[in-house]
Amino acid sequence: MYNAATSTLTRVALLGAVLLVSACSTPSQPNGINDPYEQTNRQTHELNRGIDRIVLRPTSNAYGTVVPERARNGISNFANTLNQPADVVNSLLQGRVENAGHSAFRFLVNGIFGLGGFLDPATDMGLEDRDTDFGETLYVWGVPEGVYGELPIVGPVTERHAAGKVVDLFTNPLSTVLEGPGATAQTAANVASGFGTRYTLSDTIDSILYDSADSYAQARLIYLQNRRFKLGVDSTGTDLDPFEDPYDSLPLQ
Amino acid sequence: MTHSPFSKPSRRIVLAGLGAGLLATPALALSEAAAKTLVERAVTDINKVIASGKSEGAMIRDFEAIFARYGDVPTIAISALGPPARSASAAQRSAFTQAFTGYMARKYGKRFREFAGGRIEVKDTRQRSRLIEVRTLAYLPGQSPFNVTFLVSDRSGRDKFVNLLIEGVNLFQTEKVEIGAMLERRGGNVDALIQDLRSAG
Repeated sequence: MYNAATSTLTRVALLGAVLLVSACSTPSQPNGINDPYEQTNRQTHELNRGIDRIVLRPTSNAYGTVVPERARNGISNFANTLNQPADVVNSLLQGRVENAGHSAFRFLVNGIFGLGGFLDPATDMGLEDRDTDFGETLYVWGVPEGVYGELPIVGPVTERHAAGKVVDLFTNPLSTVLEGPGATAQTAANVASGFGTRYTLSDTIDSILYDSADSYAQARLIYLQNRRFKLGVDSTGTDLDPFEDPYDSLPLQ
Repeated sequence: MTHSPFSKPSRRIVLAGLGAGLLATPALALSEAAAKTLVERAVTDINKVIASGKSEGAMIRDFEAIFARYGDVPTIAISALGPPARSASAAQRSAFTQAFTGYMARKYGKRFREFAGGRIEVKDTRQRSRLIEVRTLAYLPGQSPFNVTFLVSDRSGRDKFVNLLIEGVNLFQTEKVEIGAMLERRGGNVDALIQDLRSAG
């Protein structure tokens, strides 16, 4: 009881800190690329490329080669199922009640009929994954995007997304319930699922990191386009306008 | 007085014809239905190549042909090159467009292998100023479906794709940045860029 109250207090304090950080950051340019720390970020990018080349890429290739596809899918389903309660909470915080019910139902269906979450019968029933995070909650609450940055191991983020990740790390409702081996299993499933993703998207990630002329600029652009698409940010009329007409920027011939 | 029994109807027909003519004018512009048909045809062709089980080299050649048939390649290429295209000669522009086409086919043709066993479903269409947005969902085995959006334009004189968005990731914009970086690496030398493009992707 006392512990629960303290942990709630910790969370509220954390949340306050996050909001403060976000509020204090540079006024956001929600529609362009706001990267004032590019020099530092580029150094971190080189570090991340090194980490990927030496650790992540070989490990995920080994994981993908050794562990059969069905087992890998099972593990990533399991990690996904364990993440549903966090999706429910974030959807509620965003006022998206239908999504919250959807994710709660998905959690129950996969937990009960999917061998504890290793299978995904929910998707076949029309309960597809509606992934969300606290970064999205902050967006819904009107917190500005903040500056772009690349963090060691984590990779490309915006300030708002990074703040969200910190909160997500400490507030997954299931992590509160799970202790000892349960919590370890959850962390292990998340890490394995990450390796699985690196393996599945291997060609795409390799192409961006190792084949492009400026992998930093590619990663930054792809991340921002994808993140804004996920959040539903309107980028019309900006550098990242998805409906930019190539004819309008056609140099005169 | 003899009335021609056809005078009234014929006037009506003339008016109807005029009205139809006025109504038909917007139909000359790219319609959402035509854009949807174009996407469906391209998807069918792409699926055929994926299912053909040909060698990677043969598949890439097939994709290059599909890219040229359905895509407004010269516009995508020159627009991706940007302002340096202005000072380039006609021969350089044409060589660049050709090298760019091969580069795109190699780079993305390899990717299409990942679509094996999958399918693309056309969802809806929307007018976006002079472009038509055709939204589709791609289903790959063992993965959650993801959004693929085709942008269609008729400004070349024919209905063609000018861009593709995968979960918001914009093919035209990423290639524009990539071409810019490749050109910068060569100190702005367009001929050297063309040379690099011929083996890139």
